[in-house]
Amino acid sequence: MSILAEADLRLDAGPIDYALLLVYFVVVLGIGVMARRSVSSSLDFLLSGRSLPAWVTGLAFISANLGALELMGMTANGAQYGLATVHYYWIGAIPAMVFLGLVMMPFYYGSKVRSVPEFMRRRFGKPAHLVNAISFAVAQILIAGINLFALAVIIDALLGWPLPVSICVAALVVLAYTTLGGLSAAIYNEVLQFFVIVAALAPLTIIGLIKVGGWQGLVEKVTDKENLSAWPATELTGIDHPVWSVIGLVFGLGFVLSFGYWTTNFAEVQRAMSAKSMSAAKRTPIIGAYPKALIPAIIIIPGIIAAVIVPEMAQLKAGDTSSGVVYNNVLPLLMRDLLPNGILGIAITGLLASFMAGVAANVSSFNTVFTYDLWQDYVKKDRPDEYYLRIGRLATVGACVLAIGTAFIAAALGGSNIMDYIQALFSFFNAPLFATFILGMFWKRMTPTAGWVGLLAGTFTAIFIYVISEPSFGIELLELPGQGASFLGAGLAFVVDIVVSFGVSLVTRPKPDSELGGLVYSLTPKEDRAHSTTGEDAGWYRSPALLGGGVLALTTVLYFIFG
Amino acid sequence: MRLFDLRLIIAFLFGLYGVVLVVIGFGFTTEEDLKKAEGVNINLWAGVAMVVLAVVFAAWATLRPQFADTDKEPLKEL
Repeated sequence: MSILAEADLRLDAGPIDYALLLVYFVVVLGIGVMARRSVSSSLDFLLSGRSLPAWVTGLAFISANLGALELMGMTANGAQYGLATVHYYWIGAIPAMVFLGLVMMPFYYGSKVRSVPEFMRRRFGKPAHLVNAISFAVAQILIAGINLFALAVIIDALLGWPLPVSICVAALVVLAYTTLGGLSAAIYNEVLQFFVIVAALAPLTIIGLIKVGGWQGLVEKVTDKENLSAWPATELTGIDHPVWSVIGLVFGLGFVLSFGYWTTNFAEVQRAMSAKSMSAAKRTPIIGAYPKALIPAIIIIPGIIAAVIVPEMAQLKAGDTSSGVVYNNVLPLLMRDLLPNGILGIAITGLLASFMAGVAANVSSFNTVFTYDLWQDYVKKDRPDEYYLRIGRLATVGACVLAIGTAFIAAALGGSNIMDYIQALFSFFNAPLFATFILGMFWKRMTPTAGWVGLLAGTFTAIFIYVISEPSFGIELLELPGQGASFLGAGLAFVVDIVVSFGVSLVTRPKPDSELGGLVYSLTPKEDRAHSTTGEDAGWYRSPALLGGGVLALTTVLYFIFG
Repeated sequence: MRLFDLRLIIAFLFGLYGVVLVVIGFGFTTEEDLKKAEGVNINLWAGVAMVVLAVVFAAWATLRPQFADTDKEPLKEL
């Protein structure tokens, strides 16, 4: 198992640390019980009744993404690649989040669809819908299993519980609060988790910085000086030529991969759909973008620090792998070396909370797609709402059971590799999906046939690039280590999807204009896309465009300082 | 749809965490703990920060009680 390898990561947790952890679990389950009282319809359960304020959905929006992969992966990238890792945040997330809020949310929220696949169905009809709904549901179960497995591995390593026990306990906790309280409970816990994560990582960063002698001390002590500049990130992209490396970053990561992920992944978009008004929905990803722009300070910097002060990490950095430590171990190692009991308990809680919220996000988006897009559309139509509420709850139970299954599969196949493959797989769908959405939203002539044909063409392109560049398949026609291959694959998938969709649209029959109101830019009256500016949505500081411009400016400034 | 106020839960959790950490920081910090954290009494400082966070959220919830939209039109099937 390579997430935590053989290294001894057992933390010296005392009774007080366990007590703090226990308090968190009690609060989490309490939220589930309390949220249950607010659930009286399937929409309450699956979309929080569209009643949440923007700061809640905004924090949940980034927390849903702040799971095992993100925390372990990005601290590891910090240790391995250094400051170049900021691209995953500043290029790879912020512009897409602003775009989602300002450009796409009017259609998602304004058309009152309950999921991303449902938008697909209304814009392009059933074939495209079915492809999207099924691939999303399957991917969520697989990813939930992997998150669950990562969670269990960390419980095992930190606290010494056997793997199967940790998997089942973690799944039961997630199951308990999501079945009881639905999306509200999941979102509340995501917001709580956000603060606990910050409370765990901020002290770690501060002590780490004191230990290396501040920022100046860190700059002097870093052995690989390339780790101190974000550009041109040749190590990260695997593209040797600096100009192409930057182009790969900006178009591959910044445009296609990140726009694909943030704007079409329902686990994210669902948080915005649960907001209480159009204005709050538009602000959701934009409010989330502010902490997203700043959080590298407590995720990437600890990684860079670890490479300097953790002896095993410094050895690994110098090419000596004898300690058994891998880059993914950064956080537990820093916690071991820097945090005394008490705050250590908070840090353990933060890690577990984050991993658990990742699983909950997968489960709560799965049950919505399963209930509304698969069960209601294709299996049992026209039942009373209580029926679908019950299906939603059952789907949650089913998702948790299946995730336990996929967690054991992940355990059998061996951790982090399978995680990379799933991510790659998921990216096959996201980039073409984004192309189809964006063309479909702005070009009313795009036909239902073009919807699904373009999607398949794009996905096959991405798979093709993956197959010819992945060394383990043995037909390595393209040599692109690092992230270069997925940037290229996503970029080509996007282009192919657009070209094919365009071509197919010219020879097939479009939907009549009357069916496309609210779904396509030119057929949606301006007032349907606008948000209210009165009451709870009043005030210049609640203007989505102003907030969006603000975070783009902030990111630019950050690039000038740290780039 | 009546949702309870999340701000009060945040205030409760971090109030509790903060007080516990402050007590550890004042009363139960060993030399070894201090050495580990480079001489910083991290429990004390983190505890104080958490108490401040709790107070901010509690004050916000008290001054502006409106939290979630309580009575929304249920959405029709599309």
